[in-house]
Amino acid sequence: MIINHPLLGPRDSQEFTYLGDAALIDRPDWQAEDAVDQFHDYLYLRDNPAGIHRELWFHETGDRSWLVVTRDTTTHEITSVELARDVARARGRSK
Amino acid sequence: MTQVNRLGGGQIDTGRTLSFRFDGKTFQGHPGDTLASALLANGVRLMGRSFKYHRPRGVLTAGSEEPNALVELRTGARQEPNTRATTAELFDGLQAASQNRFPSLKFDALAINDRFSNFLTAGFYYKTFMWPAAFWEKLYEPIIRKAAGLGSLSLQDDPDEYDKGFLHCDLLIIGAGPSGLAAALTAGRSGARVILADEDFAFGGRLNAETFSIGDADATDWVARTLAELQSMPNVRCMIRTTVIGAFDHGIYGAVERVSDHLPEPMPGKPRQILWRLYAKRTLLCAGAIERPIAFENNDRPGIMLAAAMRSYANRWAVTAAQKVAVFTNNDDGHRTAVDLIAKGVKVAAVIDPRPDAPRLADCELLAGAQVIDTQGRLGLKFIKVKLGDGSERTIECGALGVSGGWNPNVHMTCHQRGRPVWNADIAAFVPGKDGPAGLSVAGAAAGDFSTHSALRTGAAQAASALDGIGLSASPADMPEAEDAPVNLQPFWYVKHGKGRAWLDQQNDVTVKDVKLAHQENFRSVEHLKRYTTLGMATDQGKTSNMGGLAIMAELAGKSIPEVGTTIFRPPYTPVSMGVLGGRSRGMHFHPVRETPSHTWATEQGAVFVETGNWLRAQWFPKPGETHWRETVDREVRAVRSSVGVCDVTTLGKIDVQGTDAAPFLNRVYANAFAKLAVGKTRYGLMLREDGIAMDDGTTARLAEDHFVMTTTTANAVGVYRHLEFVRQCLCPDMDVQLISTTEAWAQYAVAGPNSRKLLQKIVDPEFDISNENFEFMACREITVCGGLRARLFRISFSGELAYEIAVPTRYGDALIRRLMSAGQEFDVVPYGTEALGVMRIEKGHAAGNELNGTTTALNLGMGRMVSKKKDSIGSTLSEREGLNQPDALALVGFKPKDNSAQVTSGGHLMSMGTPVDASHNQGYVTSACYSPILESSIGIGFLKDGSNRMGESLRLVSPLTDSEVEVEVVSAHFVDPEGDRLRV
Repeated sequence: MIINHPLLGPRDSQEFTYLGDAALIDRPDWQAEDAVDQFHDYLYLRDNPAGIHRELWFHETGDRSWLVVTRDTTTHEITSVELARDVARARGRSK
Repeated sequence: MTQVNRLGGGQIDTGRTLSFRFDGKTFQGHPGDTLASALLANGVRLMGRSFKYHRPRGVLTAGSEEPNALVELRTGARQEPNTRATTAELFDGLQAASQNRFPSLKFDALAINDRFSNFLTAGFYYKTFMWPAAFWEKLYEPIIRKAAGLGSLSLQDDPDEYDKGFLHCDLLIIGAGPSGLAAALTAGRSGARVILADEDFAFGGRLNAETFSIGDADATDWVARTLAELQSMPNVRCMIRTTVIGAFDHGIYGAVERVSDHLPEPMPGKPRQILWRLYAKRTLLCAGAIERPIAFENNDRPGIMLAAAMRSYANRWAVTAAQKVAVFTNNDDGHRTAVDLIAKGVKVAAVIDPRPDAPRLADCELLAGAQVIDTQGRLGLKFIKVKLGDGSERTIECGALGVSGGWNPNVHMTCHQRGRPVWNADIAAFVPGKDGPAGLSVAGAAAGDFSTHSALRTGAAQAASALDGIGLSASPADMPEAEDAPVNLQPFWYVKHGKGRAWLDQQNDVTVKDVKLAHQENFRSVEHLKRYTTLGMATDQGKTSNMGGLAIMAELAGKSIPEVGTTIFRPPYTPVSMGVLGGRSRGMHFHPVRETPSHTWATEQGAVFVETGNWLRAQWFPKPGETHWRETVDREVRAVRSSVGVCDVTTLGKIDVQGTDAAPFLNRVYANAFAKLAVGKTRYGLMLREDGIAMDDGTTARLAEDHFVMTTTTANAVGVYRHLEFVRQCLCPDMDVQLISTTEAWAQYAVAGPNSRKLLQKIVDPEFDISNENFEFMACREITVCGGLRARLFRISFSGELAYEIAVPTRYGDALIRRLMSAGQEFDVVPYGTEALGVMRIEKGHAAGNELNGTTTALNLGMGRMVSKKKDSIGSTLSEREGLNQPDALALVGFKPKDNSAQVTSGGHLMSMGTPVDASHNQGYVTSACYSPILESSIGIGFLKDGSNRMGESLRLVSPLTDSEVEVEVVSAHFVDPEGDRLRV
């Protein structure tokens, strides 16, 4: 596959390491009342869609950016590639 | 032996004669020959024995789709099994042997299988070798493997090298027949970057095998002229002997170039093959079509081949399989074989065409409305039996029969991403669907346009249109007039006459009857049909046989052929050697080797090295006279504990953490607190995974308010760095913190033992006071050594002794180890390796990789209270889960054998005295064990249920794996200096 890195342009997927569902960005609040339950769901419950999937890739042999890649798991078509940091900020993460 | 069946003309160089051997006999051929054409020229039709029934077989085809003529090519280490004689280029001295026969090709003992064919039908293995299950591996499989066979391996190391290469282009053209050449001309003239690849050793495709004209020239002249133009273009790369094996995601194609397979051995410095990774913006598939046979009784005798193959042998290689031949065809194209062979002076006994209105195209007898119903000839065709239109039968003498059931467009590559071909009734064949790989289009015969005229035009037009799609303009190259015959064909898959076996898949010995049996036993979907009968498996993947099988299944099921569908085509297109997939990544080059800065020095000392990840680390340093590694390791441990030793610890991961938020960041990734670590201090840190399991540990030093240096274990350095970047970018995107791996930037040595300070004081520059008072335990500082060389000094200890780690820039690592050794002579300093390091950390009860094994928590490791509840850190929430906090949770403890001479075994499990040895009574397990020269006993550490409350208890340590049992006593894991006094002096 070829991943169109937002900073570096098209790169071969061999340069990347795959992690999985981009939902991992949405880490729960450790002080929540039901934190253990929330963390359990966060860590263990994943959708496994046949189709559009947002997932985390790490440009390990490149610039070490974490990327959120939107990919169709049935065709491998990639429709968007974003810096994970931008996605995390947009989803309200800060420090 | 003379070349009795050599004709005139052809694209072979008869001016030179090559000598080769097949099954020990010497033959002659010419440059341009394949092994198959040269054997046919010498009157050899029998080339192999079939897979299951050991039936005598000859060539069916003249290309890479060949199912029968598989040979062992070459001898010695270069012996290669299952090589298709139809693609093996002849060279002087070539040696080949037939396969799957014993003792000889003409007399094969296992031909007896043919007599038992009633028992060896489809599903035979499944039905027969089911019980008892244990017999499969030990008895059935070895016997079957021996009897049902392909070629054998040399079992020697491959002497050749294989390369990998990467190429980029605007347009990749797969196949250099008429459509591919026309496409390449179009794209090449437009200036686009073009790759033209063909699996053959001559460009031209079918044009090399026909007698066509293009414009007013012979087709072969047109090919030569076109090729000359293409080769003069710097933007066109013509890749001969290069098979595109697969279409992968996003325009990436795999290809194998056989650089040296046509030579006795590779030229010096050249690889045997290259695996290319081709990045193409657009791809044009011009892979042509493959002819398909008609099944009839005993249609597998040597001499029976595809009609177009017979034509190829005559026109390209000037060879005929016999002096008298016949043709059996259901379409006009098959008649060309008769025309061409007659023109070459071969006697054509008859053309048999099941169509009652078959046209008479060749100057020989035409039997319209007739079918071939049987054949004779034990080791080669002698007679065919024909049922005429009026129902009468006639026997015709001939030594070869060309069969044509029509042509299948070569859709393989269009299906590699789950594309499905669609049925075209006009040509009774599947053509590429519209759901092929993105960026791939198809031209010529591969698209179902069978005439040369049309192939030239669609090739040029498709190339222009593909380039248009990426913003390059090209106008289709003008193409001359060429052969433009329409397809006239009446679908005809198998002859229904007779009770004998009619072969569909000659490679796997699958007959029409087997398909009927599969249908009868309800294995009706094509994928089931394939697995049940093995139709279309093995090296040829059914390129000539699948269509027949599914046409018959369609007929039996009362469905149309497109309703039945095809099996899925998968890469590779043709078999690929394991060697080329491995490339140069074998032996020492299997993975990169990382050497520490002291490697050269350690080699000079005679160190024994061990691989840890990619690193080579010194395991121990034997001295002359030491005969056993234990002797060496015991000496190294005693020397460290009594005076001083030095160990290269460069391989530990080092991560530089800087920024105003560096401290809060470390607080987030470590389970224990880091925010209040003072500048100039080092702290042990335990990192958890989010699920609460220990991930890694190490020490982190604070060099400045906003500057930390973290160490990780050697094995986890890459993974920890990746994890830290995940936390930084995905979880805390606004933290002001920067990370970089500095593992390779610093050479680092542990200097351990009571004399370590004295040794260091000899090399640390005098302005730095490293006395116990001014550089206490866990201190860290940036210093200079040896008169101004910058260095970092950490007072940390893994051995339990007074110890330091000193780091200098990597390029000074070699000099530093030499300086430490010479300065330490007065203390009898020793270098020590990973083994002594391990012994000392077990003696001290320090956890390492064996304990941080992916199942243990901070609580298990005795560090439960370190996990801060006052802050948010990765893993802290889930470490509170009930299941991880049971009262009898495993705890890290030590073990000593009751009998000092007994051995504690790592990996052994712990049982209470008097209980049975089984999983339900398991009390824990030993993770690390060694001989302690200090305690003069074998010792171990490991995890025991409620271990901290069981000190002094006796347990059985059992290791069924090593068949041993030892009685051990539970003790503290801290065998040496449990109070840690030695660290602080």
